Amino acid sequence: MQSRDFDVVVMGAGIVGSMIARALSRYAIRVALVDRANDVGTGASCANSAILHSGHDPSPGSLKAEMNRRGNELWHDLVHELEVGHRWTGAMIIALGDEQLPGLKKLLARGTENQIPGLEIISRAEVLKREPLLTPDVSGALWTPTAGVIDPFGGTVAAAENAVTNGVSLFLNAEIHDALVSDGTLIAVQTTAGEFRARWFINALGVHADDFMHLAGDRPDFAITARRGEYFIFDPNRVQVQNVLFPMPTDKGKGILVSTTAHGNTFVGPNAEEVADKEDTTATRDGMAEILEGGRRLIPSLESRDIIAGFSGVRATGNANRDFVIEISATVGGLLNVAGIESPGYVSAPAIAERVEGLLRNAGLEMVAKNEWNPRRPARPAFKELNHEQRSDLIRRNPNYGRIVCRCENVTEGEIVDAIHSPVPARDYDAIKRRCWLGTGRCQGSFDYPRVMEILSRELDIPMTAVTKKGPGSEFLARTTKG
Amino acid sequence: MSFCEQFPVGEQTSDAAGADRDERGSENSEQSIICLRCPRGCEISTTLDGYGGIVEIFGNVCKLGREYVEAEITNPLRILPTSVRVRSGERPLVPVWTPKPIPKGRLMDLARATRSIELEAPVAIGQVVIENWEGLGVDLVTSGAVRRA
Amino acid sequence: MTCDTSYDVIVIGGGPAGLAAALSARAEGNVRVLLIERNDSLGGILPQCIHNGFGAVIFGNDLPGPEYAYRYQEQVEAADIDVMLDTMVMDLTPERDLYAMNATHGYLHYRPRSIILAMGCRERTRAQIRLPGSRCSGVYTAGTVQRLVNIEGYMPGRRFLILGSGDIGMIMARRLTIEGAEVVGVLELLPFLTGLRRNFVQCLQDYNIPLHLSTTVSNIIGGQRLEAVETVKVDEELQPIPGSTERIECDSLLLSVGLIPENELSLKAGVHLDPRTGGPLVDSTMATDVPGIYAAGNVTSIYDLVDYVSKAGEVAGRHAARYALEHGTGNGNNATAGRDASKAGAMVAIRPGENVGTVIPQRVRIDTSGNEEVTLMLRPNALIERKVTVELWDGDRPIMSFRENYSRPAEMMVHTLRAKQMQALAEAHEHELTVVIQ
Repeated sequence: MQSRDFDVVVMGAGIVGSMIARALSRYAIRVALVDRANDVGTGASCANSAILHSGHDPSPGSLKAEMNRRGNELWHDLVHELEVGHRWTGAMIIALGDEQLPGLKKLLARGTENQIPGLEIISRAEVLKREPLLTPDVSGALWTPTAGVIDPFGGTVAAAENAVTNGVSLFLNAEIHDALVSDGTLIAVQTTAGEFRARWFINALGVHADDFMHLAGDRPDFAITARRGEYFIFDPNRVQVQNVLFPMPTDKGKGILVSTTAHGNTFVGPNAEEVADKEDTTATRDGMAEILEGGRRLIPSLESRDIIAGFSGVRATGNANRDFVIEISATVGGLLNVAGIESPGYVSAPAIAERVEGLLRNAGLEMVAKNEWNPRRPARPAFKELNHEQRSDLIRRNPNYGRIVCRCENVTEGEIVDAIHSPVPARDYDAIKRRCWLGTGRCQGSFDYPRVMEILSRELDIPMTAVTKKGPGSEFLARTTKG
Repeated sequence: MSFCEQFPVGEQTSDAAGADRDERGSENSEQSIICLRCPRGCEISTTLDGYGGIVEIFGNVCKLGREYVEAEITNPLRILPTSVRVRSGERPLVPVWTPKPIPKGRLMDLARATRSIELEAPVAIGQVVIENWEGLGVDLVTSGAVRRA
Repeated sequence: MTCDTSYDVIVIGGGPAGLAAALSARAEGNVRVLLIERNDSLGGILPQCIHNGFGAVIFGNDLPGPEYAYRYQEQVEAADIDVMLDTMVMDLTPERDLYAMNATHGYLHYRPRSIILAMGCRERTRAQIRLPGSRCSGVYTAGTVQRLVNIEGYMPGRRFLILGSGDIGMIMARRLTIEGAEVVGVLELLPFLTGLRRNFVQCLQDYNIPLHLSTTVSNIIGGQRLEAVETVKVDEELQPIPGSTERIECDSLLLSVGLIPENELSLKAGVHLDPRTGGPLVDSTMATDVPGIYAAGNVTSIYDLVDYVSKAGEVAGRHAARYALEHGTGNGNNATAGRDASKAGAMVAIRPGENVGTVIPQRVRIDTSGNEEVTLMLRPNALIERKVTVELWDGDRPIMSFRENYSRPAEMMVHTLRAKQMQALAEAHEHELTVVIQ
């Protein structure tokens, strides 16, 4: 088995791992980013509420509260550096009926303690003016102006691409099956893509972070529960909310919200169901009914026939007071755990990366800044967002942009080819879908499947029967018609 | 519940009629047949004598309906639409069909026989691919065209 | 980007409706017609529909889909109609500013005098029927598989289950069997067949493929690729019956769960849609409520037979050309104008009543000259297996009726209004009549 040597191996290429890799790419050290999937960001990072929370909600004094506030601050610059689709919409926490009004004051007090700027309680009339589709039961709202929405996969892939461009080595289809501990120090991990040796291993394995700790002999008492959340996306021609709308939080969490997305769709979700199988992102009939009912408490006009897509993801809830764990292992040398990163994990990721960077520096890793580090990741053209003149120019420069592959979302062949040859290459259908948003519209890929298969086959120089939906084992085609 | 249980199609519509035929061979029986000769799909009610002869039919709008029912009772015929391979064409396949129907029991035999056929592009529409297949008087003909790549 | 105003009529979509519309528009006189098609060939969905069952009404023949398309294609090629393939219409305004693009000519801007929307329809997907379960590979709409098998030349699996007894599903069940795959069954949520009965006979029964009514998919199982599907029986309210779950091993699930008119461009152009059909509200000249914009075929409502799609296209083409001629041509030749359909008489709306799902057209232009026949296409929403009467009510008074042998949601009822019936419409008291099936 091939063995590779690095200074730092970041395990898990979700938003947290990718942000950590990007932060470390600034220094003259050898960094690897490894993931078991065929692409980065295929876990919770691509199936979540996509909200850049302001930070009003976590318990004051917790690591979550600190990471959220700082993360939100950092994202305000990052969305420009990494050119990620986003909108700073602000968010409203909606009180229903007079009995929920006192709760708003408590939330305001908590948010103020968390040092969140601009919080304000707004009247029923003002709430309805900003969001006319809301239920008439609304009695007021807490307004958090610093919240926003983001393209969640876009942020992950942008961070990973920026890391790769700055020298990080990315290894995909590398599933970890063993950890080599020598004299109490983790010296190597073995994966399906070979062995990785390093001075530091960052565990950013999401729902599997506890499994890795146990594999390496760390914190046997720590456990992660996978909580599945299901979501629906609505046809933008039929339903559009303008805001991020939370119900009043309960002990169970932030509740089922209704929100606009970075792309202007409307979605509803998530519910929160503990699942025994951490990979269980299936959609269930009961869950679907639950989230629709939940969404209707805020927006009564939501209709099931206007749903164009559903998805679900699992969040990693840790059992350490439900707070984030970001620490150098006390028992296993060379291991730094980033675990229990449930909501608000996405918004916190850049702050978590900053903290990890500090922990490694304090632990003696020599980190000399590189002169050539480039913090910017230019976005590739998104044809749909361009005006007629810009589209015209683009097609003149590259005729591939003149061929529409996905007619609902107006995704061109040019964008697909770009995605296949990007620094973190899209090598399967879902990887292209996550980057270009093709197949996410009303037809859900019915029209584009054959075309995208042809393009993948041609650009990757593989037979049509080897083209996959999401990596090995998910091939689309069994044989030729006459084969 | 299967569809066959709920709507007997091409089967006897009445249990009583079935019993009649079983026990007293000379009695008439009724059968409802959906005509497949054109997309209109007429539902044709047929009265048969005890020996499978047609006493009366109604529900068909044209003479093709009668022909169809006659064949359906004695020797059911079907059209086979499929495709065959094309070499050096703009597309890998060309559609083919039997403009005249073949015995229902031979459909899969003909389908299998077409699997090994490969035409050379260009292929024109209406081109005969197999003439008088197995002496049944039926040709396999292209229903589309493929240009040379 | 310069605006090309030289076309009288632009047809969006080169399927059966668009082909017929382009031909009939061109036949109206000195009319410059451009047909824009997104695909690399004309015919829309027909080239992949290699089964026979097309052309009985138009050609008096039972033809395979590609041949039906070919006959129109030949006429279009011979008819001095400009055709742009591989071209996507990106935007359309109520003022008929049309933006299109392709790899050869880049971004294009046209402003024709009239436009015909003939974009057809798309398939309902897994998300729309909210199928639970894994998001593995191996779940396809039937039309996608039809394209893969018949055009691209690939089989997407070896063992198939089909959800939905629509025509495309049944036709694909036979097609896959002919190509050596195993089709383990067809499931239908409703207690009756939703496609045509002839397809049940010649596609399922002939090939021993079982149909399970009142049954649906309750779970999709598989990691990377589909491994099995869990099915469940449903009661009269379509609710799952506990304990009726079965597991069916298969590597592919085909969805044939309905079609939806494709109207993104119509909406951009400000055309109002009928919530029942999901397509533009049209009158008997196939005019939408935006002047100069016409619509025909599956873009207006889902048809059962392609022949009637072609017929609707013919009507739209004729009237769109007349509209263009009346509103001045770019060629400076207006000699054939004058037959003024747009000014002919009043309108009567026809509203679907009892047992009627949809009506096309939704409004009839009263023309008692005897020159215009109007074909009324009704889609029943009730299964009635006996002789029924279709009645048109003017308030509380029936003004005409037709007999039908049965009422089946899978089959449209076609009624032609001739001079006598037009006269009856002209004499109606109400502006809106109701059509019922009893």
